[in-house]
Parts: sequence; C-alpha cells; structure tokens
Amino acid sequence: MDFVNAIILLLNYIFIPALTYGSQLALGAIFVTLIYGILRFANFATGDMMSFGTMATILFTWYFQSLGVSLGVLPTALLAIPFGIIFMIFYMLLIDKFVFKYYRNQKSPPVQFAMVSIGVMFVTQAVVRIIIGPGDRRFFDGEKFIIKAREFKEMTGLNEGLALKSTQVITIFVTIVLVSLLFWFLNRTKTGKSMKAYSDNEDLALLSGIDPKKIVLVTWVIAGILATIGGALYGLDKSFKPFTYFNNMLPIFAAAIVGGIGNPFGAFLGGYVIAFSEILLTYAYKKFFMYVLPESMEPNSLVQLLSTDYKFAVSFSILVIVLIYRPSGIFKGKVL
Amino acid sequence: MRKNLNVIAAYSIMMVLILMVGIFQSWNIALSIFNLCLISAVMTMGANIQWGYAGLINFGIMGYTALGGLAAVLISVDPVQEAWRAGGFDILMSLWLIVVMVLVIRFILKRFEKSKIRTYSIAAIIISGILLIRFSAEPGIEAIEAVDPAKTGFLGGFGLPIIFSWIVGALFAGGLAFIVGKVALGLRADYLAIATLLISEIVIAIIKHEDWLTRGVKNVIGLKRPAPYEVDLQTTDWFIKLVEKFNAGKLSVIENLADRQAALNQLVIEGSSVFVKLCYSGLFLVVVIILLILTQKALYSPWGRMMRAIRDNEEAANAMGKNVVKQHLLIFILGSAIVGIAGAMLVTQDGLFTPGSYRPMRYTFLIWVMVIVGGSGNNFGAILGGFVVWFLWIEAAPISLFLINFFTAGIPETNALKAHLIESVPYFRFLLMGLGLLFIMRYRPKGILPEKIEIK
Repeated sequence: MDFVNAIILLLNYIFIPALTYGSQLALGAIFVTLIYGILRFANFATGDMMSFGTMATILFTWYFQSLGVSLGVLPTALLAIPFGIIFMIFYMLLIDKFVFKYYRNQKSPPVQFAMVSIGVMFVTQAVVRIIIGPGDRRFFDGEKFIIKAREFKEMTGLNEGLALKSTQVITIFVTIVLVSLLFWFLNRTKTGKSMKAYSDNEDLALLSGIDPKKIVLVTWVIAGILATIGGALYGLDKSFKPFTYFNNMLPIFAAAIVGGIGNPFGAFLGGYVIAFSEILLTYAYKKFFMYVLPESMEPNSLVQLLSTDYKFAVSFSILVIVLIYRPSGIFKGKVL
Repeated sequence: MRKNLNVIAAYSIMMVLILMVGIFQSWNIALSIFNLCLISAVMTMGANIQWGYAGLINFGIMGYTALGGLAAVLISVDPVQEAWRAGGFDILMSLWLIVVMVLVIRFILKRFEKSKIRTYSIAAIIISGILLIRFSAEPGIEAIEAVDPAKTGFLGGFGLPIIFSWIVGALFAGGLAFIVGKVALGLRADYLAIATLLISEIVIAIIKHEDWLTRGVKNVIGLKRPAPYEVDLQTTDWFIKLVEKFNAGKLSVIENLADRQAALNQLVIEGSSVFVKLCYSGLFLVVVIILLILTQKALYSPWGRMMRAIRDNEEAANAMGKNVVKQHLLIFILGSAIVGIAGAMLVTQDGLFTPGSYRPMRYTFLIWVMVIVGGSGNNFGAILGGFVVWFLWIEAAPISLFLINFFTAGIPETNALKAHLIESVPYFRFLLMGLGLLFIMRYRPKGILPEKIEIK
C-alpha cells in the first residue's frame, strides 16, 4: 500500500505538473526552433509574442462571456483561441513586412536580426501593457477539477490524493493533437517538405523552384498558431501576466537549444527535458522516502537537491552544459 | 575641430535638454537624471568595448551590474560579528572545500588524457562536491540567517569606505567574465547571446537566494556614503551661508524676518539634496572621464587596431599570428569589469542593494539599446547613447502624457479610451525605446555618432 501511495505522490507532484509545464514549453520551443531554422534568427520577442496572442485570446474570451456564450464545463477560452490566432498571425505578418523583411532582403547577419527582434520585443511588450495592463489576469471558467484530491482518496482509500485539473488534461491533449498535426504537415505535405528543404539549404531550395515568400508566410502562420495556443494554455493553467511571459522566454530558449535548434522534434522533447529536470531536481523527496523506506531509515531533512528558488537556474545550467559539450543539442540540430 | 562638430553639437543638445529639465521641472530631477546618465554611460562603455571593439555579444550585463552592487555591500557594510561567530567557520570550511574541488578537477584535467572515464569522474566529483558542500554549509547558513533576521541575518562586509567597492566590483565582474568567457566564448554569436543572458539569470538567482551572503530579497539598506548626508548639511553653518549667498536676491525681497528665515530653511533643505547629488555627479564624472581617456587611448593603440582586425576578419587576424581566443577573453573581461564598476556606482548612489530589482529589461536590453542608438565602436557615441536613452526612458512618461492630452484635447475626461491611455502612460517608454531602436537600426545602422577610424 505504501508503495502505491509513493507512486501516487510522485504522479501528483511531479509527473502531471511536469508534463503540463513541459507541453507549454514544448509549443514555445517549436515556435523558436521554426523561426530559427527557416528565418534564421534567434527571436528574442518570443515570450512577448506569446503574451500578445494570449492577450487577444483573453479579449475574445471576455467578449464571448459578455455575450453569454460558453462551452459548459470547458473554458470559454477554447472558443476564443481561433480568433486569437488570427489576430496573432496578422500582427506577426505586419511585423515581418515592416521590420524583418528588409533585413532578409539585405541578407543581414543573424546578430543583426537578433538586435532587431529586441526592438520588436520592446514594442510588443508596450502594446500588450498598454492594451491589457501589466496586472495578473485569470480568464479560466468552467469546471476546475476532473478529479479532486479528496474524492480520489475516498474512491481508492489511499492516503495520498491525486488531483487532476481540467487545464492539465486540456493542455496535454491539445499539445498532442497540435504536435501530431504539425509533424504530419512538415513530413507529409508538399509545403512542409519544401519548408524543410528551405531550412536545410536555402540556395538549393530556391533553385528547385520553391517560393521563399510562401515559405515565410507559412512559417509565420504556424508560428502564430503555436505562440497563441502555447501562451493561452499557460495562461489557463497558471495566469496571464506580461512579465511572466517575458521570463518564460528563457526556459523556452533552453528547451529549443537542448533539443537541437532547428529541429522541431528535438524542441518538442527539449520542453519535457527542461520541465522534468526543473521539477525533479527541486522537489523535496522526504514524503516519498517516508513511504518507501522502513521507519528506522526515514530521512530527517527534506531530501531536496536544490531549493525551489533555483528552479530557473536548473534549466539554465542544463543549457549551459549542453552548449559546452554538445552545442548541436541532444537530438542533433543545426551544427554551429 | 570641424570633423568633431557633430559630437559637440550632439552633446550640447543633450546638456541643454537636461538644463531644461532643471529649469522647468526641478534641479533635483535634472541632477538625478544626469547622475544615472553618467552611470549608464559607464555601462555602455563596457558593452561598447565588447561589441564595438571586438564584436562580442554580451547579454549578461545585468549579472555583472549585480555583482558590482554586491561588491558595494561586501565592502562597505560593517561585519556582523555575531553571525561570524555563529556560522563563519562552516562557511569558511565550505569555501575551502570549493577550492579543493577546483584544484582536484584541475589536477585531473592536467594529468589524464581526454576520455569518457575522465569526463564522468569529473562530473561525479562536481555532483558529490555540491552535495557535500550543501550538507556541510547547511547548519552554518541557518545559524547566520537566524542572527537578528529583521536587521542583519547575513555575514556583513568589511566595513571599508564604499568607494573601494568600485574597484572590487570591477574585480568581481572581471572574475565572473573570466569563467563565462572560458566556457562560452567559443559559441557562435547568437548562442553566445543566449548563453550569457541565461548565465546572468543564474547569477541573479544566486544573489537573490543566498541570504547569508547578500540578505537576498530582504535588501540591504542604509549603505555608507562617499558624500555628506543631507541632515548634517542642513545644520552646518558654511552650507547655510552658501545657500544664503546664492539666493541673496530672492531672500532680500522678503521683508518679514520670520518669513525670510522660513524661506531660507526651505531653500537649505532643497539645496542640501542638490548639493549631495552634485557631489555624486563630480565623483561619477571623474570615473567617466578616466575611462573615456583610457578607452580612447586603447582604441587608437596597436592593440585597438588588432581588435578591429579580429572583429572584421577573424581568420585573417588569426593567420597574421594574433591569438584570437586570448584577445576575445581579455576584452570580455575588460568590458565586464567596467560594467561591474557601474554596478557598484549605482548601489553607491542609491545607498541600497535590492537584488529583486535586477531585471534583464532594465539592465541588459536597455543598455544594448543605448549602445546601438549611440553608435557602437565609438566611445563618444556610446556615452551619448547612454545619455539620450536614459533621458528618454525617464522623460517618456511626461512626454507621452503631454502628447495624449494634446491629441485627445477635444475628448472629455470621462472618455474610457482617454482614461485608459492616461493610465497606461508608464508603458509608452517601452514603445518609444522599441521604435527608436528599430528606426535607428533601419535608417542609421551605425548609430547617432558612427564609428570613425582615423589612420594617423
């Protein structure tokens, strides 16, 4: 019985939260990696673009709520996401037309692109804060829990409860669907394949008649979808605050690079690598050992490798180690 | 003279703007803007050495600034004897363990050939070392943090004059830059940017959470000052006489003796804070001028020419027998050390150390905007960038408030949109910075004062 309790404990406090957080990071990381692979720059405006998409989703959610439209037990935000995506794509294309296109035509070095994306970051941050303000926004409605910890305890008679939030299930489900669609698109359709070709070798792709304008357009559309959904899921699960989204850029970058930048599948896995290592290394295992070990060997301390304050530092350290020893990432992306 | 005309013109405009703030808003505000402009100028000089001279991208400016600030705390605060007695021994033991660990790793690296076993054993040493240090330091840290946590709860510093911290801050930042440079400088430009950004976040996380050393988010307040205190000045005879002399015209108009005394008191209070700020301005100006002379000398020295050669064509410079890796490391350390000085200056001026306030927006990206806008590779440009951008950063809110009121003059105050816009005035500074950066990058990519290389 103790053993089952220990497993439930780990599921509840490590596995499910890490899987959710990992999914949110993974979507952002694929966004970063696509921009890097096809448009060839590190986009420092990633976090703020995600917050822009989330903001659009929130505004539509409020609009639907004021109309009295809802999805019953599901959050209204799911209905608003498609509209948020349209807004996001529109904004991204606008930015591309007025900012990035010029440097693409000039064939500027990646560093210059990165600097320009910092300008975009400042502007986007200002736009989001001016429109919706810097405060904390919760826009979740509908049923909060699928299983409550207390109900689970009563059902199974165990000491440990397993709480399953509906946002967690939605996040994981949406991520699986979206990522499978994306990989089907990249690997099976003609446009997807030409995107891969363009990413591998630009000149050769142009020679074989691939239209670069179309590639750029499709990339921004996919990026818009990923940014909005990733941001909205994070906001539903936790809450929306422009500053946290800016900070999330850092673990997202870490996930993209750990997975091998330019490699979407690597980025997808990288999100989980970062999320799991953050949570595994900062969790206090005291209770777990109390269940597993005999009473005489019970630990006195918290059995915590690092305090939770260092959550971010963990993912950054992993990234630094990967950068030094395997700069192309765990799953081999573009070689530096 | 003629070829420096644009430099002189740009600086004169800047000075006039600051004087205008003094005349129309207040001298206090003008001087605090001027002081922070000077500190920003030191930071931009550091970033400019790395980016403009050598083409190295360093997004970790925030980390070096914070280390400079930490130096100010560790140098100036009086040691907390009780805390040293409570846990000093454990901390020293842990430090000793770290030194031993580093020496062992160095020994292994030198002694054995590169192999899988070597890598794994080093990893094992590091991990077990960290665990060992964590467990050995734990009681000491707890004991230190328990010593009067509302006031101290940390080891304190050395109790020296705070001015020394400007040098120590440079040493701290340079030391960190040595480690970071050894690790990350081989990376390609945009990876280097990301790596330095993340390393600076790690530095901030450590400063925020190692309370025994830095007091963490509880902040350290009331640091020593290199300048006199306002309260003391207000009771000093020579200062009151000075204020009286300065405002003789204004005071003589007032007939009533009691009223005149009250007006004088008011002027003394205002004057004291202006005087203190002027003291800081003087100190900062000295630093800026010394650094400017040194960096200008370096730029036109054979070493500066070599750095430009490395920046413009690494392979060619390498082929000419220049040690690119070594020079990159050197310039990375030098630039970061200058940023460290600025960090210490900042904490000196504020008189307090707040680890929670170090955010990449303000201390990394804003500094980069300054360098790019001012003109990378040109020291005068970088300093000007520091002035212009900091000035706009502070004055953006009043300017945008004025513009909003101007364009919505016909709309009543109760209009929801107008009220919303006025409420979000503070965020227009981000918009202004972003647009400024984008326009400069597009239409004047070399900055306001572009790099000019004179061959003598």
